[in-house]
Amino acid sequence: MLEREQVHHVARLARLELTEEEVERMAGELSKVLDHIEKIRELDLDGVEPTSHVVDVVNVLRADVPCPSLPREVALAAAPEPVAGGFGVPSPGAPPTE
Amino acid sequence: MTRDILELTAAQAADAVRAGDLDAGELFETYRRRAQQDDLGAFTWVAEKAPDAVTGPLSGVPLAVKDLFCTAGVPSQAGSRILEGYRPPYTATVVQRLAEAGAPLLGKTNQDEFAMGSSNENSAYGPVRNPWDTSRVPGGSSGGSAAAVAAGLAPWAIGTDTGGSIRQPAALCGIVGLKPTYGACSRYGMIAFASSLDQAGPLTRDVTDAALLLRHMVGHDPRDSTSLEFPGQVTLPSREDLRGVRLGVPEELVGLDGGVEPGVRRNFDETLALAERLGASVEPCRLPHAPHALSAYYLIAPAEASANLARFDGVRYGLRVESSSDLEAMYSRTRAAGFGPEVKRRIMLGTYALSSGYYDAYYGTAQKVRTKITEDFAQAFERFDFVVTPTSPWTAFELGAKLDDPLAMYLNDFCTVPMPLAGIPAISIPSGLSEGLPVGFQLAGPAFSESRLLEAAYALERAIGFDSSPARERRRPA
Repeated sequence: MLEREQVHHVARLARLELTEEEVERMAGELSKVLDHIEKIRELDLDGVEPTSHVVDVVNVLRADVPCPSLPREVALAAAPEPVAGGFGVPSPGAPPTE
Repeated sequence: MTRDILELTAAQAADAVRAGDLDAGELFETYRRRAQQDDLGAFTWVAEKAPDAVTGPLSGVPLAVKDLFCTAGVPSQAGSRILEGYRPPYTATVVQRLAEAGAPLLGKTNQDEFAMGSSNENSAYGPVRNPWDTSRVPGGSSGGSAAAVAAGLAPWAIGTDTGGSIRQPAALCGIVGLKPTYGACSRYGMIAFASSLDQAGPLTRDVTDAALLLRHMVGHDPRDSTSLEFPGQVTLPSREDLRGVRLGVPEELVGLDGGVEPGVRRNFDETLALAERLGASVEPCRLPHAPHALSAYYLIAPAEASANLARFDGVRYGLRVESSSDLEAMYSRTRAAGFGPEVKRRIMLGTYALSSGYYDAYYGTAQKVRTKITEDFAQAFERFDFVVTPTSPWTAFELGAKLDDPLAMYLNDFCTVPMPLAGIPAISIPSGLSEGLPVGFQLAGPAFSESRLLEAAYALERAIGFDSSPARERRRPA
């Protein structure tokens, strides 16, 4: 069973603000799903190599040749706060408002 | 003429245009009007006019595209509030390739948010309804694409499949859906859900259309380093029997105790009998780890999603909630406002599975199960050409029926998640009705066996003789 405190911790890691009601619901729903998932921990998987992806290719590199990128104004076209040719954000150093 | 156009499959329409019997502009306009009158919620955007002269082997047969694909200058919102109004600066490789082959963009189709769902009820732009019964879901996550093709609002469509998102809605809507081998189609420009599983594929009225569309989707793309050169060309199927074809039936996936509805099981058994009459051998096979595929999937996919969806942070595109001068609060509030409940649930599940102290127990274990599932299939394919199952344990269910129970919803994917975990291709074809609703029959084969899969599916399709017209008839304007 997932505790409310764990839900808060994970939400913080995921940069997801949850209401108290969401925390409550999430604890119940995730616990139920995890209970189902837990069954795989009963399998004997000693010595089994994990699969991270199924395609048999490793470290595919492109040729180190410069090629055109998106023009700056195109890349910024959908930005909520374009500032001086870059993406504007609230200052990470600003004191929290609450 | 509208009526005649609707009777044509996409391949037949392409032939008619090529033969000079049908005007490509009229074809586009017919479907454009139908897509505009869509009352199923299948489309989120429809083209305003037919493109100028189209060339290429697909002869201008218009294409519906799941909203998960980026299309330059056209809204690409992935079913999410966080991308509302987003118009990308570039087009996904598969959409580009199909346009160049002569299948211009008809419209963008509704979907579960970021492809997370099996009912299309998780879209910020409303649910999609099943044309066979509008009180029921079309399946998901490519529900808009499936409903549009089934209802004759589009000649054909593409979608994406991570754990069944092409095959399951195809089954519930009575059409054909194919998930290709991982790496067969470029993922460039496909908004990422679970990168090691996601694949683009066709949703079509019949098997020939699926083959024709897939032919022009596959191939290596320098912009997706996991994409591979497809061995040879996808062939158009012509086989009429199944002599010598060995079908394996994995008891782990088809049992009634696994939740398969009696009506679905009955139809599955009838289809197996039909396959035998066509010359196939049908025998039980074992996929011992398949029952654990769902658990592995619901760790791996959310884990990858939690990383992929980190990019939606209110900085470069999409929604930003300006409620704070603090950067972290801006991230957290933007994501809280922009994501729907299912996406939040999966981000939380994935973040938890990857978090310190739990990684080995959850994500690491799931990756080992993935290895075992891949080995199970490899062993099965030593004795069998294809593994066959019902596509979905159930036919289309009522809207809202499973919305409050995430686990029940996840069980939808029981028969479709093992294949993407192993990276192998699988096709769903309509195999009949159960209580008036379509049932899907799934065939899975080894990596890059698409042409053989399509041949077998074609032979079965002909023998089944499924009548897909009721879903179109119902929607035909008087």
